This record gives sequence, structure tokens and C-alpha cells, in this order.
Amino acid sequence: MDIAIKDGKIVEKVNVKKAEVIDASGMILMPGGVDIHCHIAGAEVNSGRLLRPEDHFKDVEVKTALTRSGVGYSIPSTFTTGYRYSRMGYTTVMNPSMPPLEARHTHEELDDTPMVDKATYPLLGDWWFVLEHLRDGLIQECAAHVAWMMSATKGYAIKIVNPGGLEAWGFGRNVENLDDPVPHFNITPREILRGLCKVNKLLNMPHTIHVHTNNLGRPGNYLTALETMKCVEDLAEEGRPAIHITHCQFCAFKGSDWRSMSSGAEEIAKYVNHHDHVTLDMGQVIFTDTTTMTADGPFQYGLYNLTGNKWVNHDVETETSSGIVPFRYKRKSAVHATQWSIGLELALLIKDPWKIYMTTDHPNGGPFTAYPKIIAWLISRVARKKTMNKISKRARQKSLLPSIDRELSFYEIAIVTRAGQAKALNLAQKGHLGIGADADVAVYNVNPEQVDPSKKYKTVRKAFKRAAYTIKGGEIVVKDGQIVKPVFGKTFWVNVKTLLPMEVNEDLRLKFREYWTVEYENYPIPDSFLHAPAPIPVKAEV
Amino acid sequence: MLQPQSQLRQRFNILITLYPKRSFRVPVEAECISPDVFAEKPVKHIAMLQIWEGNRKRNLEDLFKIKHETKSSSEKSIIRICGDVSKVRKIGAKMSMGNIIVEGDAGMHLGEEMNGGGITVTGNADSWTGSMMKNGTIEVKGNAGDYIGASYRGSNQGMSGGKIIIHGNAGYEVGCFMRKGLIKVHGDIGLFAGIHMRNGTIFIQGNSGGRAGAQMINGKIVVCGYIPSILPTFTIDDIRPKVEVNGEKIEGPFYRFVGDLADGGDGKLFVSKTKNPHLSSYEQYL
Repeated sequence: MDIAIKDGKIVEKVNVKKAEVIDASGMILMPGGVDIHCHIAGAEVNSGRLLRPEDHFKDVEVKTALTRSGVGYSIPSTFTTGYRYSRMGYTTVMNPSMPPLEARHTHEELDDTPMVDKATYPLLGDWWFVLEHLRDGLIQECAAHVAWMMSATKGYAIKIVNPGGLEAWGFGRNVENLDDPVPHFNITPREILRGLCKVNKLLNMPHTIHVHTNNLGRPGNYLTALETMKCVEDLAEEGRPAIHITHCQFCAFKGSDWRSMSSGAEEIAKYVNHHDHVTLDMGQVIFTDTTTMTADGPFQYGLYNLTGNKWVNHDVETETSSGIVPFRYKRKSAVHATQWSIGLELALLIKDPWKIYMTTDHPNGGPFTAYPKIIAWLISRVARKKTMNKISKRARQKSLLPSIDRELSFYEIAIVTRAGQAKALNLAQKGHLGIGADADVAVYNVNPEQVDPSKKYKTVRKAFKRAAYTIKGGEIVVKDGQIVKPVFGKTFWVNVKTLLPMEVNEDLRLKFREYWTVEYENYPIPDSFLHAPAPIPVKAEV
Repeated sequence: MLQPQSQLRQRFNILITLYPKRSFRVPVEAECISPDVFAEKPVKHIAMLQIWEGNRKRNLEDLFKIKHETKSSSEKSIIRICGDVSKVRKIGAKMSMGNIIVEGDAGMHLGEEMNGGGITVTGNADSWTGSMMKNGTIEVKGNAGDYIGASYRGSNQGMSGGKIIIHGNAGYEVGCFMRKGLIKVHGDIGLFAGIHMRNGTIFIQGNSGGRAGAQMINGKIVVCGYIPSILPTFTIDDIRPKVEVNGEKIEGPFYRFVGDLADGGDGKLFVSKTKNPHLSSYEQYL
């Protein structure tokens, strides 16, 4: 079968005599990879870079005639990030958790990330306007504010991190469960989640709410994760997801403390298998030295207490918080090894690959450059077993992995690494090779008819590490794992058209004086600020 | 005719002497000056080894005159550097065997990540000497700079073995994040000796600038001279008549402090009693 590309799109056919032909026989052809969740740009990522000179020291990329130099293993510099994604055949990446106040910085870095299309999700779960409006039951007004924020920050989806907890962290507290009220706001995480889920629907946003649950990274939190999924169950429309639980591995811990901590993947998978309103991503852990960074200030403080490592914690005015702690996942640590196991258990126990996507929550679980390793684990029991033999004995005994025979096929890999993610993001032109799709194609040099991935997982891993070809927007950008043409991608953002934009402006203007250190006039990012904006027009119901 | 590989790559021990051709004005990065790199190469290959002078690529022979002697195989490979190489960085980086003798001053990052062998400097050494070293010995006859045996900036993996002996004075933050091994300073030492220390021993014959052992978790620091004060996060534990450093008994008496309690540490800080009469007020807490 031939794939024809013209003007950056996949078309029915082209004039073969005039066209450039790539012979990809005996290779795997997939749409360009889509990453739904990876922290690659913004104030938080950059603080991480500042915090970790030793991370740069051990991984240096030298300048070539085509590419720029760069550094960084777990938090590579912007250009290097783009190149490394492209070398693995990825063409679209989503940067989650952008504090709205830091939108300018985030977009400046995203503009400097070449080779990939990108978008970013503003953090809105603890924004004072959201909290106030939802407390007062003003869903429509809240929606109008969120719509304004999307266009002001050029965002793509509503990101919610530890709903209520970040605001509580401003007062040195956290929320314990979904019904624990947020201090001074008298609103619960459940109300925030349900409110924003309704807002998301009112605004017709392409993606669902993107949720980092409460109690993340604490034993016993799988109950919170289940509760979070359940709380929007009734808001789901038939066949459409209503909530995306991100880096689910970190919220699938069972047990009452770290000693008794075990996997809650089975319960979560059981729930997800029976419900259609949830999508997940793995947040797989890799045994390596990495840098954790989330907007979850209290969680990061907990990590600091655990490791005694250097740390950053930050409060972003009325919006959110953030924290950074370098972290090393060790094979011999029972907790870390269990975490490793949970990620894979989730991916394998959830039957429908359209519901779970492959991520490492880069760089929280490990750098995105480890994706080929995860593919090998998913595709081969032997690969899993081999790693299994090297991990902590306690974790090995508790792990469910030995009882799971499932091995993902290449089709399923294509779903968990691109098609599913594109579908969850509602990016109609991405994640498939149908006519009209963007000509983002990845070619991997492994023959699925000859190679048994279960045994030859190393061949598969190698192939996915260095794409034979990456085609971005109809241009060959990578050949044999080398960048042959540096290109710049687009920045998607959702342009929500609401019925009442002016009223919001008046209200905002007044509140800005009261709440923010930045003036209203300086806050929104104009479209012209972006290198290559690609607004997605959406008509809201408010 | 083809010769067997073993004969072609015969491992002979060498004495190479490097003479700087001129005084360097900009930093020179010369990681290749290491017995491991030199060992299996004929002189003409050694001459072509790449180094950086500022932002220019150079060959070793552009900057150094190279003199070569082959020795009997019983002796170790030796690299001798005669002249001022205080601008030359990373001499002996990652070396694992043989010896380097610097007759003059050496530049920064001397013996960085070194894994064995020995380096002797007859003059002074600069900062970061023996940083991240794992094994081997570095001996400096003169003074040394800051961050001796330290970790790379931001990292918590400091010196994890080996020995650094400085006959003169040393600068600030000596043994930062040190994990194992011994640092001996016969002269005085600057502020923050043994900061973040995880384990290992720092012995200071002379005076300390103060704040020794800040944030140390474990390990041993011995100050035989004067120290202006002890950090408030240290508590006095005992008075010891002598202290053992690397199998050697050092006569005291010494005050023994434990800390850094701010980090829950259990490091031992020994301070000479006779040289520090101003610390006698601590005795009431014993």
C-alpha cells in the first residue's frame, strides 16, 4: 500500500513520476507520534533546568551543520527536546500545566521547540475566579472566564492539578479527599471537578478536563483516583470521555503506608474497563535519575521530605503553585519498583488501548527518550521479565505483572502512542494516515512480518529509538535517526467564541487590580506573539 | 604480511614529557593528557590528540613539545609536564592508572573523575582538584583552590574514594558532598570545609576559616588548628585525647562535635582543644 503526500497533507494519489518516493517496504509506517502529557516548556521546566546543572553535564549534544547544540538528560533544552522527539518519530507534543501567569514564558519556549506541533494546557483548577464562581454556582460566568483565559494564554485544554489542594497549600495545608473544603473558599474538590467538567462541556472544548488527582503519590490514593473518575460519571455523554486522568500510575497506590504500598492498578483497570467516560495516561516510571516537576506544591514538598534533595516550591499568585525535586528511581527500592510495575499493569490490564496512552509524564517518571523502552515492555513479556528479575524482591513478589500474558501488537502500540492520544485531544488531522490528515508520518525500520516482537524486543526498541524516517508536514525531517531538515511546528490553541465576552472584561479589569501583580492590559498574549499560531475555533454554548 | 593484533598493539610503558611551548592566555581543555589515553599510542598519534584552546581546536603538539622515552615494562606509565600549565584544565581526567607529574602549577579540574593512579603537582593546583574522583591519589606540594574533591555543580556525587594530600593551603568548600576517601590539608583551609559531606575524612593540620561541616550527614572532619567558631547546629559530644585518621593516631586533645543537626546529621567534627581556648565554654554542656 502506498501513502501519497501533497502540500503537507495525505491525499488519495499523486503523480508518481514527479514525486519523491520513499521505499518503506519491510518497515512499519505509523502516523507521527502524539504525546498527550510532557513537561517540555515553561517557567517550571526552566527552573528545573536552573536547578540541575549536573543533569546538563552528563548529556551534551554538539552542534551540527543543521542542528543547534543543547544539554540536558531529564530536562533537555528546547531545541534538543524537539530534535529528540523527532528522532523517535514524534510530531505533536502537548505541554501540560502552564500557570496562566507564565503563559508568555511557556509560549516563548514552545516557539523555540522545533520539529513538533505543540499546545499547552493552562492550570485552572485553583484559579480564584473559578473557585469563586463555582462556589456561587455561576457555571456560565465561570465558563466565560475560562474561555477568556484560553484565548488570553493561548491554551488548549483545562488542566486541573490537585483541585483545591494548591489553594490550600497557600495556607500550608492540603485537601485530604474530594469532600475536604478548601480554606477560605468553602468549596470542595468534587465541586471544582464537576464544575469544570460542566464548563468544559459548555465551551465545547476539544479535549476533556485533564486531571492530576488529589493525594497524588500517596499510598492508598487509588481510592481517590476512583472517586475522581466516579464524580463526573453522570456528566458524561454517550460514548464521549468526560475526564482524562493523567499519569495514572502515580495515583494507583494501594496500602496504608510506604511499607505496605502495593498496586491498585487492578481496581482502576476494572473500573475503566466498565466505563467509557475516562481516558488515562500511564506516567510510567523508568529506573533513572530524573527531575520531578508538578504544579502540585504540597506533593513536591512531600517528595522533598522523602529525599532530602534540593527543591523548589513556588506560589503563583491567584492561580496555582509548583514544585521541583530531583529524584532517582531505583530498581532495588520496593516502592519505585512497584511504581514501575503499576504503570505497565495499567497499560496491560485496561483492555481498550483507546483508553490508556503511553507517557512517562516527562520528566516526572523519566525522560521521554525512554519511550522505546516502554514499548519493548508493552510488546514483550520477555522484556518485562528481564527487568523484573533485576528489581526489588519485595516489589517482585507483590507485582501483578508475572500473571499478565498480554503483549501489545504493533497496532495497539500505534494507538497508545499516537492514535488514541490524537483522538482524546480531538486533533482530527493527527494520529491517522487517512486522506486529509496532516502528513506527519513515522517510519520504523522493523519488519512486523518477520520480526517476532515478543522475542526480538531489542530490535523493536532500537527501531523506535531512531525512526528510519520522520515526515513532518510533508517534509522529510529525520532520516535514519538523524535530523536532515529542521522545521518549526504550529502552536494549537482553542479560540472559544462566547456570547458574552464584554461583561467578562469589565469584571476582570476590576479584579485584576485587586488580585494580580500584572495589569489586565499586559496579561493576554496576542496571537501575533506566537511563531506559528493555529487557533482552533470553537463555538461555546454560553 | 599481517602481524597478530597483540604485537601491533603491544602495551609498552612510557615516559612522556610535555613542555608547554608558550604561556597560555586562555583556558586549555586537555582531557587527553592521561596515561590511559597515551598508553597504547605511538608518539605521532599522541601528538595529534585533540585539545581545545579557548574556542579553537588544536593538536597536542601545537601547544606542547613532546619528548618520549620507552621504559622497561616493570615501571608504570608516567607523564611528566614541565612548565606552567595553570591554564590547562582537566589534566588526568578519568585516568585509571599510571602517574602524572606536574612540575609547576596545574589548572582547574585536575584529576576530575579519576579512577586510579597518581598525580603529583610540585607547584599549586587550582579549584576542583579531584572533583568526583573515585580512586587514586593526588598530591599537591603547594596550595590548592576551592572545591577540592567536590561534586559537580548541583550534583550530590562528590569524591567517592581515593586520597588527596595538599601540603599548602586549600580554599573554600573542600570535600563538598564527599562520600568516601581522605582529604589531607597540611596548611590552612577556607570556609565550609566538608559542606554537605556524606562520609569520608577531612584532616586539616592548620587553621580553618570556619563553618566547617555545614549540612554534613556523616563522616569526620579534624581541625588541628584554630577555628573561629562552631556552627550552632553542632552539639558537643565528648573530649577525646586522640583521633584516628586513616589508621594514624593524631594526638589531641580534641573537642568532638556532632552535626549537622539541622539536617539530622551524625557527622563528627574534631577540633583541637589547645588551639581553641575560646571554645571552652562548650565544656559546660558535657
